[in-house]
Amino acid sequence: MKPIIRVENLVHTYGINTPFCRSAVDGVSMEIYEGEFLGIIGHTGSGKSTLIQHLNGLLKPTGGTIFLGDRDIWADPKKIREVRFRVGLVFQYPEYQLFEETVYKDIAFGAKNMGLEEGEIDRRVRSAAAFAGLGEDLLDKSPFDLSGGQKRRVAIAGVIAMEPEVLILDEPSAGLDPAGRRSLLENIRRYHRERGTTVVMVSHSMDEVAENVDRIIVLADAGVVMSGTPHQVFSRARELMDVGLNVPQVTQVAMELTRLGVDIDPAVYTVADLRAALAARRGGTAKC
Amino acid sequence: MLKDITLGQFFPGNSLAHRLDPRTKIVLTLLYIVALFCAKWFVSYGLVAAVLLIAVKISGVAPRALVKGLKPILFIICFTAVLNLLYTPGEPLVSFWIFTITREGVQTAFFMILRIVMLIMGTFLLTYTTSPIALTDGLETLLGPLKKIRVPVHELAMIMSIALRFIPTLIEETDKIMSAQKARGADFETGNILQRARALVPILVPLFISAFRRADELAVAMECRCYHGGQGRTKLRVLRCEARDYLVLLAYCLMLAGVLVLARFGL
Ligand SMILES: Nc1ncnc2c1ncn2[C@@H]1O[C@H](COP(=O)(O)OP(=O)(O)OP(=O)(O)O)[C@@H](O)[C@H]1O
Ligand SMILES: [Mg+2]
Repeated sequence: MKPIIRVENLVHTYGINTPFCRSAVDGVSMEIYEGEFLGIIGHTGSGKSTLIQHLNGLLKPTGGTIFLGDRDIWADPKKIREVRFRVGLVFQYPEYQLFEETVYKDIAFGAKNMGLEEGEIDRRVRSAAAFAGLGEDLLDKSPFDLSGGQKRRVAIAGVIAMEPEVLILDEPSAGLDPAGRRSLLENIRRYHRERGTTVVMVSHSMDEVAENVDRIIVLADAGVVMSGTPHQVFSRARELMDVGLNVPQVTQVAMELTRLGVDIDPAVYTVADLRAALAARRGGTAKC
Repeated sequence: MLKDITLGQFFPGNSLAHRLDPRTKIVLTLLYIVALFCAKWFVSYGLVAAVLLIAVKISGVAPRALVKGLKPILFIICFTAVLNLLYTPGEPLVSFWIFTITREGVQTAFFMILRIVMLIMGTFLLTYTTSPIALTDGLETLLGPLKKIRVPVHELAMIMSIALRFIPTLIEETDKIMSAQKARGADFETGNILQRARALVPILVPLFISAFRRADELAVAMECRCYHGGQGRTKLRVLRCEARDYLVLLAYCLMLAGVLVLARFGL
């Protein structure tokens, strides 16, 4: 597969020349492939948000380079706005960024900034709202009359409406209730499936990552410590725990079963896989 | 870019300047300002500058941080300098078109720049080495006598400490909102004045909403802890003047006296 974004030796230091100086990202190299669903996990303060704000040029690297396609995004600082349209970033708790009178206008903000024509903007707003799970009836409401979860969907729709080649979401489900989480993630998954867009999701929840992504990058203390398929990453449970993370609950069950002498793969990470593994062991099919 | 505004920012440390009583530091700053305004010529300015340099050295604050604090007022400095340069009557040096630059003008402009720069640096040194809480605590005690004539000193101090406390928060918040809008392609750098003003709407609306929300939350939090104003309120940190405070005060008084004497002789 072809990398769409390539990060080389990225360093970012906040507050250079002040007593608060510290590197939030230190020598990170990674690739994001076209069409994949990538998960980035890491403990609080490991530099996830800092890292992804470099991918669309919001933060300027202290050192290192970021390539989008084959071009260094900072090769021409005047074109950085173009990069932001191609790499859509949804911030952590994005509710605060809403400002327009109606949901429709707010979703249209990004698309309008791209200088698209009226009809195209309308099409994009409606399709983005649908992908984000917002009903047509909400479009004329004020964004400030919505619930927290709905506001978040508006913010996500605002980025989707720019139809970026890469969609990056920073903890999209943080602070939502279980039903809200599930449906939001289902929306994102559907968007990825139907559009084939590259999606990067930052998350704290191992279960969420396990159920959605194709590949995982693990950050700890400002650097990449692991990367690979969920199976590869979750089979290194010990190391994950050492950097303050965990494995999905299903994997914990599988590990415990292995410990008790049941002969299955300890790194299964979805309920379906675990069921299949158990069924195969029994030599039949699952009955439940 | 907004990070350049360092007003009200405190750099923690453990130098003598940090450990002085905040009341002392406020009085010192006042003495310093008075001395600065009494200074007349190189010698007296030199004396004040020397005191400032020593104070900066002792405080361990990076000189770069002090210089950075000047950036926002660069325009004011240039403006006053130019006005003084052009409108001071006296012995002409050069003249072109309708302007004449006089010797006195050059002098006044130079000392004016010096005065503003040193004024800003001196007061920044106070906020850099004193936490906002200590600062308002000191101010409240210093202004305490005014309570007798019904000036709401405690309330004012509280308002001030809350304002100071929230400046960095609001700056951070503004940065965050700007980033989020930039991620949606907002453009704050190009266009004519009208377009730029309009580009601020996506920042100001969320900023005001969050500021009001914060104010509301803070009020609730204060009420939950039974805050009811200054009456009968005791302090966690009781301010206490020590020998070092008196010594430094003495030094500054000497500086002021020195400046007054020098200025009297036109130095
Ligand atoms: N604007 C900033 N100025 C100074 N330091 C910062 C800034 N933003 C982040 N940091 C510091 O950089 C480090 C990494 O922060 P970052 O927000 O990237 O972490 P994160 O992995 O996203 O954490 P979380 O999971 O809590 O969102 C933290 O230690 C943080 O204190
Ligand atoms: Mg984060």
